Amino acid sequence: MNASSLAKAVVDGILTGGVYALMAAGLTLIFGVMDIINIAQGALIVLGAYMSYVLSVHLGIDLFLGLFITIPAFFALGVFIEWAFMRRLHERDRTAMSILVTYAVAIIIEGVLSVIFGVDYLQLHASYTDSTFHVFGFYLPYIYVFGFLLAVALLGALYWILYRTHFGRGVRGSLQNRIAAELIGVNVNRVRAVSVGIGVAVTAAGGMLFGATNAFNPSSGYDLISRLLSIVILAGLGSIGGALVAALFMVTLEDVVAVVWSPVWATLVYYASLIVVLSFRPGGLFGKAAVRAQ
Amino acid sequence: MSALIEATGVCKSFGGLQALSDCSLSVTEGQIAGLIGPNGSGKTTLFNVMTGYERCNQGEIRLRGEPISRATPERVFALGVGRTFQITRLFFRLTVLENMLVATQRHEGWIRSAVRRAGSVAERGRALELLEFVGLDRLAHSPAGILSYGQRKLLELASLLVADPEVLLLDEPTAGVNPTLINQLTERIRELNRAGKTFLVVEHNMEFVMGLCQQVTVLHQGRTLVTGTPEEVRANPAVLDAYLGGADDDDL
Amino acid sequence: MSARWSVRALLVAIGIAVLGLFPLVFSNPTTTSIAEFTLIFMVAASAWNMFSGSSGYIALGHAVYFGCGAYALALLANHLGFAAGWGVFALVPVAGIVAGLIAIPTGLIALRARRHTFVVITIAFMFIFQLAASNLAFTGGTSGLQPPTPLWSVKAYNDNFYYVTAVVLVVTVTLAWLVRRSRFGLQLLAIRDDEERARGLGVRVARIKLTAYVLSAIPVGMVGGIYAYFLGQIFPQFAFDPLFDLSIALMAFIGGLGTLAGPLLGALVLEALQQYFTVQYGASQAYLIIYGALFLAVVLLLPRGVIPSAQELIERWRVRASAPGSEPEEPGRAGDVVKTAGVR
Repeated sequence: MNASSLAKAVVDGILTGGVYALMAAGLTLIFGVMDIINIAQGALIVLGAYMSYVLSVHLGIDLFLGLFITIPAFFALGVFIEWAFMRRLHERDRTAMSILVTYAVAIIIEGVLSVIFGVDYLQLHASYTDSTFHVFGFYLPYIYVFGFLLAVALLGALYWILYRTHFGRGVRGSLQNRIAAELIGVNVNRVRAVSVGIGVAVTAAGGMLFGATNAFNPSSGYDLISRLLSIVILAGLGSIGGALVAALFMVTLEDVVAVVWSPVWATLVYYASLIVVLSFRPGGLFGKAAVRAQ
Repeated sequence: MSALIEATGVCKSFGGLQALSDCSLSVTEGQIAGLIGPNGSGKTTLFNVMTGYERCNQGEIRLRGEPISRATPERVFALGVGRTFQITRLFFRLTVLENMLVATQRHEGWIRSAVRRAGSVAERGRALELLEFVGLDRLAHSPAGILSYGQRKLLELASLLVADPEVLLLDEPTAGVNPTLINQLTERIRELNRAGKTFLVVEHNMEFVMGLCQQVTVLHQGRTLVTGTPEEVRANPAVLDAYLGGADDDDL
Repeated sequence: MSARWSVRALLVAIGIAVLGLFPLVFSNPTTTSIAEFTLIFMVAASAWNMFSGSSGYIALGHAVYFGCGAYALALLANHLGFAAGWGVFALVPVAGIVAGLIAIPTGLIALRARRHTFVVITIAFMFIFQLAASNLAFTGGTSGLQPPTPLWSVKAYNDNFYYVTAVVLVVTVTLAWLVRRSRFGLQLLAIRDDEERARGLGVRVARIKLTAYVLSAIPVGMVGGIYAYFLGQIFPQFAFDPLFDLSIALMAFIGGLGTLAGPLLGALVLEALQQYFTVQYGASQAYLIIYGALFLAVVLLLPRGVIPSAQELIERWRVRASAPGSEPEEPGRAGDVVKTAGVR
C-alpha cells in the first residue's frame, strides 16, 4: 500500500461512484415521488446489461449507441411497472408492500434471464473496453472514463429536467410534499409514471456500464441492490443530492478499504456504514424521512 | 388547590416555524379547563408537548409538581395523563372490546402479560362497564372500523378511561359530532369530573367551552393571550382581535 | 361459540394425529425428506409470522438467525466432540438460544428505524452475516462446516429428524398461540394498526417489539441447527440465503399474515411446489419465475392471504344464516367481518 495505489483507488472510486450515483439517484427519485422502495433496481440493472449484450453481440450495435434503444425501452418499462404494479398498492402499507412486490419482480427478472441466458458469467466487450488512457502516471481504462462522463451527462440531464422544466417543478413539489402538490394541481399520475420511468431508464445506462466493467450473471442483482439500498438509505430516502454524495463516498471508501485492508472486507464497509449512520440518524444523513418526521 | 398539570414558558419550533413561544398554562385538580384559539395557534402542538409526543425547546411541563417534559408518551400515560387526538385514532382492525383492553394496566407484570389471556374477567367486566357508560356495550364485539364518527370519539375516550387516568386532554372532542351526541359527551365529562377527573379540552365550539369549562386559556400564534373564566375571556377585546384578525372562525 | 371451539379443537387434534402418523403411513424416504423440509419451513414461517405478521414490521433478514443456528450447532457439535447420534439434538435448543442472543443487538438496531428502513436494515444484516461467514476462519469460509453425521439407516435417519422437528413445530405453534391470545399479542396488533397511538395508551412499544422479534428468532435458529445437522453440511450462501427470507414471508402471506394456521398452510403449499419443480425441471432457475409470479399474485390480489379470505367466505355464509355482530374468531381480524356482514 503506497500513495500511488491509494490515489488510484480514490480515482477508481470516483469514476465508478459516478455510475452508482446515477443508479442511486433513480432509486431515490422513485421513493421520493412514490413512497416506494424499488428492490428490482438491481435486477433491472442486470437486465440492462443483458440487453446491451444482446444488442452488441447479436446485432453488432456499439454499446454506447445501443443506449439510444435501451434507455427509451427501459423508460417505457418503468412506466409499465408503475401502471401495472405500483398503482395498485393501497396507500396504507404502501412502502412495505412495495418492497415485497418489487422483490418479487426482481426474482422474476432473475428467473427469466436464467432461463434465457443460463447462469454463466458474461461481460460486455467493445474495442475500447480494454484500452486505457495514460494520464498522470495512472492507467485509466477508457470505459471507466467514458462511463463516468456518461453518468455525469445523464445526471446533468436529470438536473435539467428537474430544475428547468415545468414538469420537473411538479416532480420536485411531489418530492417535498405530495399532498400539497396534488392540491396545487400537479398531474400526479403523470408525475408518478414519468418519475418511475426515469428511475428505471437510468438502469439501462447503469447496466451497460456495469456489464462493461464487471462479469455478471442473472444473480448479480442482489449485490447491486444491497449496495444501492445502503447508499440511498444512508443518504436518506428521497434526497437525490444526498444520494450522489453518498454514492461517491461509499464507492471510493470501498476501493480504499480494499487497498488498505483487504478486498474481502471492503464490501462490509457499505453495511457497516449504513448501520453506524442509522444508529445515530435513523432518517439518514440528508433524508426526506428525517425532515418528514415532524 | 394546587396545579395538577401545568406548562411553563414552553417554546417549540419546527425548522424555521415557531409554533409555541413562552406558552404557559395551568390546570388545577378537579377543573375542567378549556384551550381555545384560532386555527394554527398551536393548541395541538401544546398537547403534543404536554403528552410527550414532542419535546419542547424551552420551558417545562409538570405533573403534580414533577417535571415530565422529557417523558415518553408511554410514561406520561402511565403517570395518569390520557389524551385523545384531533382526528380520532383507534385500532380499526381490533374489536371495540379489544380496543379497550390494549391500554396497559398499571400493575401488570411483564411475563404474565405475555402469556395470560388478554383481559382478565375483572378487566373485561370493567371494560364492558365503561362501554355501557358511553353507550357502546352492544357493539363490544364488532370491529372498531364500523363505528360511526361520533361513536368512534366515544370509544377513543372510553379506552383511555380503562386505566383510570387522573387528567384527560381532549383534542376537539365535538368536532363533526351531532348536537345530541355533544350533549351526551358534555354529560359524560361532567360525570367524570364529579368523580374527580381533571380535564383540559381544546375546542372550537364556543358554546361547548363556555358552558362546560371553569377556566379558559386563549392561544394566539403560539402565545398564551389570556387565561380566565369564560365570561372574562369572552369580554376581553384582545381575544376578539385575535379571532377576527385570524384566518377563519365564525363561531364567536 | 362453544361449537366453534370444539371444531377448532378437533382440527388441532386431527392435525397432531396427521403429524405423528405421517412417517408411518408414508414411509418412503424421499417423501419423509420432503416432509422434513416442509416442517422446517413451517416452523420458520410460523415464527416469522409471530413477529412480522402481528406487528406489521416486515423483517426480511431472519436468514441471519437461521444461519446462526446452523453454524452454532455445527461449531458446538464439532468442538465439543459430540458423537453423531441423538446427543447432538440436545444442541438444537442451544442453537435457538444463540440465535435469540444475536437477535437482541440486531433487533435493537433495526427496530430504531421506521417501517421501511427497518426492512432494509434486516436485509443488510443478512448480507453482513453471509459475508462474515464466507470470510472468517472459524466458520470455515466458503467451504463451510460439517457437523457429525449419524450412522442411521436412511429411513430411521429421516424419521428421527422428522419427529424432532415435529416437536419443535408443536412448541412453536403453541408459543404463537399463547402470544396471540395474550395482552402482549394484542398490543402487538395495536402497534400494527397505530403505533403512535399505542404509545399514548401506555404500550411500551420498544420493549414489546424487541421481545417479539427475539422470540421469533429462536425457533428459526432451532430449525437452522436441525437443517445443518440434517444435511450434514452448511455453506454460507445456503445458511444465509435471501431466498429463505422471501420464502417464509411468502408462506405467511399466502396463508394469511397474523393467523396461526396461515404460515403452516403456506409452507405446505410452497414447499410442495418447490419440490415438484425440482423433480420436474431439475435445479433450474425457472422456479424463481413461478415464485415471483405467485408472490405478486398473492400480494396484489389476495392481500390478506388464503385463510382470512376463506374465513371471510365462511363468515359470509354464516351471516346469511344468523344475526351479525357475533364474536369473531381471532383477535385482530375482525376487520374481515366488516365487509362480509355488510355493516358499515
